Amino acid sequence: MKEILSAEQIEKALSDLVNRIALDIDPNTEVAVIGIRSRGEILAQRLVKKLSEKLKREIELGVLDITLYRDDINDPQGETQPTVRSTEIEFDISDKLIILVDDVLYTGRSTRSALDALMDLGRPKAIRLAVLVDRGHRELPIQADYVSCRVDIPEALKVSVHLTETDDVDRVTVK
Amino acid sequence: MGKKNKKFEWTRKHLLGLRDLTAEEIGFILDTAEGFEQVSTRSIKKAPTLRGRVVVNLFFEDSTRTRVSFGLAANRLSADVIDFSKTSSSVSKGETLLDTARNLEAMGIDIVVIRHCAGGAPKLLSKNINASVINAGDGFNEHPTQALLDVYTIRKERGSLKGLKIGIAGDIAHSRVARSDIWAMTKLGAEVTLIGPPTLMPGKVEELPVKVCYKLDDVIEELDVINMLRIQFERMGKAQFPSVREYSHFFGLTVERMKRAKDDIIVMHPGPINRGLEIESQVADGANSVILKQVSNGLAVRMAVLFLVNQAAMKRQKK
Repeated sequence: MKEILSAEQIEKALSDLVNRIALDIDPNTEVAVIGIRSRGEILAQRLVKKLSEKLKREIELGVLDITLYRDDINDPQGETQPTVRSTEIEFDISDKLIILVDDVLYTGRSTRSALDALMDLGRPKAIRLAVLVDRGHRELPIQADYVSCRVDIPEALKVSVHLTETDDVDRVTVK
Repeated sequence: MGKKNKKFEWTRKHLLGLRDLTAEEIGFILDTAEGFEQVSTRSIKKAPTLRGRVVVNLFFEDSTRTRVSFGLAANRLSADVIDFSKTSSSVSKGETLLDTARNLEAMGIDIVVIRHCAGGAPKLLSKNINASVINAGDGFNEHPTQALLDVYTIRKERGSLKGLKIGIAGDIAHSRVARSDIWAMTKLGAEVTLIGPPTLMPGKVEELPVKVCYKLDDVIEELDVINMLRIQFERMGKAQFPSVREYSHFFGLTVERMKRAKDDIIVMHPGPINRGLEIESQVADGANSVILKQVSNGLAVRMAVLFLVNQAAMKRQKK
């Protein structure tokens, strides 16, 4: 097992992400942050806090569960069964700039599911994708707008993002 | 937002009844149903989850709520839904249940939702066809999705069923809802009392995990929840109580009786209601009533059940 990001690096990476996102946001644009369950949700919580401070306004936060939109529901891959959990987006996403947050960008399939799920909730002005790690090996033509750490990890290896809220420690490892 | 049952694996391809389910399995269905609630409240009330699957509503008995609810649940998950009823099909020409089902299956169906007047019909079907079978009510046996939506509704109101005193009143003998309710509620930790005249109690009631009470007035004060069952005139042969007026006098949920109940008692009814018989209109439409919430929740619960049996079937196919 190898650590690719430490707690300190994650903290710094998030601040960098927020700075870059803030630069692109017009003061008049309505913005909301939506995290993909489950690690994206926690990152989104941290990100929205920093972004609200940076922009000096309250940014809304939502959580998206993509299980119903997965492309492997009728063609199960691997051993773990996907569990349906709730999507908690208490605001109208229409005409807002949505910052979609996930922990790792890999095949692009989760992002595809998330985009479809969002479209069923309304018509956002735009959706931008922010991820902590882009590990390469895309299977769909999807790219992130904001990436903290870009690293090519062979398909045989697994990237795990640990966050204190659920795993007692902040770090990203490869195994 | 830590969620229980994270490691839990759902493995049942059919949902035939709640008697054989564990508390954990029932809890998992309820947790899953929570995730489906928002599908019905957002701008596009549809998810692509069951796209390409075919669901047949095989109803050998009349139904409004259950049939529409299953149909809508399947539609909202993008499945194709075929409605089948006894009168407009070859059943009226004498075709047997298994032949009907096998013929439907030959056309490539994935899930059969069946309601039948004979207890055990869904089980028989599940042993003879490859599709998933969901019981939508069989004879006096079980009506699992109704009981699931009942416990889901109670759990939403109170957080948990542990320690709640629940009364099920009325025509218990002819009620498959009561039977499924008893299994679901007791497994989730509630204490169930059956209330009704001795003639409407099921045989071998002493073998069920419940208390029995022959007068609503004796228990009304201590109940947290009361589920008023419908008097099923269509299933009763000869009179099982002297008169309708006498029945509502002793067992009807009246405004008068409600004054003696706890302020926050939850009033439930599986529908259809005989207004003025087992429940007075003011009570059915009153502040304690969750009768219409039960119907809305039924949709989320049925979506969850369709999703789970399909998932288990797919997983088996793969193996």
